[in-house]
Amino acid sequence: MARKRLDLTFPPRQSLKPIIYHLVKDYDLVPNILRAQIHPAQEGRMVLEVTGTREDYAAGVAFLEEQGLTVNEAASDIVLDDAQCVDCGLCSAVCKPGALTLDPVTQTLRFDKDKCVYCEACVIACPRRAITLRF
Amino acid sequence: MAKTWQEINERIASGAAVVFTAEEFAVLAAEEGVSAAAKKVDVVTTGTFGPMCSSGVVLNFGHSDPPIRMTELTLNDVPAYGGLAAVDTYLGVTETSRVRGIEYGGAHVIEDLLRGRAVRLRAASPGTDCYPRTEIDTWVTLEELNQAYFFNPRNAYQNYAVAVNTSDRVLHTYLGTLLPRLGNATYCSAGALSPLLNDPTYRTLGVGSRIFVAGAPGYVAWEGTQHNPHGDRDAHGVPVRPAGTLAVIADLKQASPEYFSAATFTGYGVSSFVGIGVPIPVLDDDIAATLALTDADITATIYDYSVQRRSRPSLGTASYADLRSGTIEIDGRKVPTGPISSLPKARAIATELKRWITDGRFALAEPVQLLPQVGSPGTRPLEIRTGEAI
Repeated sequence: MARKRLDLTFPPRQSLKPIIYHLVKDYDLVPNILRAQIHPAQEGRMVLEVTGTREDYAAGVAFLEEQGLTVNEAASDIVLDDAQCVDCGLCSAVCKPGALTLDPVTQTLRFDKDKCVYCEACVIACPRRAITLRF
Repeated sequence: MAKTWQEINERIASGAAVVFTAEEFAVLAAEEGVSAAAKKVDVVTTGTFGPMCSSGVVLNFGHSDPPIRMTELTLNDVPAYGGLAAVDTYLGVTETSRVRGIEYGGAHVIEDLLRGRAVRLRAASPGTDCYPRTEIDTWVTLEELNQAYFFNPRNAYQNYAVAVNTSDRVLHTYLGTLLPRLGNATYCSAGALSPLLNDPTYRTLGVGSRIFVAGAPGYVAWEGTQHNPHGDRDAHGVPVRPAGTLAVIADLKQASPEYFSAATFTGYGVSSFVGIGVPIPVLDDDIAATLALTDADITATIYDYSVQRRSRPSLGTASYADLRSGTIEIDGRKVPTGPISSLPKARAIATELKRWITDGRFALAEPVQLLPQVGSPGTRPLEIRTGEAI
C-alpha cells in the first residue's frame, strides 16, 4: 500500500470536472482532501492524501496528469524545532485547523500534528523559521 | 508604610529582601490586600520578550596593521554603519543581508555573536595618510571585540496595539500575518508582567535605573524614541494605547542568546526579540496598587491595519485576559487571537531577575532623572513640505 500527499494544481478548464470521483471509482484510491481552493474557470489548488496499492497510485497519478493537472508530491512531514521556538505564539494566530495552540496556563506552544492540514501558513508566519516541511 | 530606596537596597545587600514577580504579587494582593502585600514585599520584578525593532549594538574591532578607517563595512554581508570613528560601528537589528535579504539581518549577526560564532567582517576605505589600508577581510568573535554593547533606542513599549485586518487580502505586518475579514487578531505585550504597565506614570523608572537587558545587567539610558506619556489612560492611570518607551544600554558580552532572538517577519523584514526586565521597588501603597493589576484590568486598543495611514481607525478595546483566552469579540464576531510577545520568556526573565536580587547580586538604582511625564511635549508627526515652505 502507498500513502502519499499530493499537491494538485487544476488548470481553469478542469476546475468543474469530478476528477476526485474518478480516483475513487476507477483507481480504487482513498482520497482525503486536506485543503482545496477551486473556483469555476480559475486555476485551482488541492492538497490531498491518497491511499491505495502502488499500482493504483501510479495509474491514478498518470490519470491526473492526462487531465492536465500539475501533480507534485507535497510535504510528507512538518517539523517544529523546539530549540529555535521562543513560544511567541504567532503561528497559533494563523493556524486555522487549531494544530498549533498555546497551553492556557503556561502559554507555551503545543503542536497537535493530527490536526495539521499542511497549509504552510505557520511556516511563513514563524519569525524564528522554526517550522519546516520535510519532503 | 512607605519604604525608601536605601532601605530596600540594604535589605537586598543583607539577603533579607522579599522579591516577588508581578504575577506572584497580584496573587498575594488579591489574597491579603494591597497594603498588606506592600508591607511584605520589597521589590516586584517584571519582564517582557517581544520583537523590538529599535535595537542594535555598538562595536569596536580594534586596529589592524596597517590600520584602516572603515567607511563601508559588512558583518556576514549585513551592512553596518560607517559614519563613526575608524573601527567603531553601529549595527542595527533590522539591517538586511545583501545576499540573503530578510532571512538574515543585523539581529542574526548579533545572535551569532552571542552564540560564540565567528562573524566575517569586510570593510573598505578610501585610505588616508594615517589610515593607509583600503580593504580588509577577516573574522571576528564577540570575545575578541574591545567593546560590544547594546544601545537600543526604543524597547519595552508601554502597551501596544491589537492588530486586525478588515480587508479582503492577507496582510504581512510587523504584528505578523493578519488574515482577511477579521480572520485573526494579534497583540504584543506581556500584559500584567510588562515593565512599564506596572509603573504606569514612571515614578520609579528613569535615566540610570538598573535593569535586565537580554540576560545582562544594564541601564535605562534615556527616554525611548516615540516615548509618549499622553494618550488615553484607564481608571488605574494605565495607558490603553502604545505610550512610554525606554532607551537601554547593556554589555553584549554579558548577554545571553536565551534572551535575545533574531526574527524575520515575512513581507516585512528583520527584527529581534529582546528580553527586558525591570525591578520595581514597592515604595508605598500607590505603586503597590498598579503592581497588583492583572491581565483582566489592563486593556489594549484594536486597530485596523488594512488602513494604510498614520492614524488607523480603532475597533474598540480588549483586555489582556480576553486576548490570552484565544478569542475576542469585535462587532459581535468571535475573532481568534495570537500573541507575538512570549509570555513564557517574560516569566523566565521576571524569575531570573528575582533570583539576581534575592542572591544579593543586583541592587536597585534610583533614577538620576525621570522620564518625560504627562504634560511634557508630545510626539510630533512628520509633515511633508518643500524648502520654500520652511
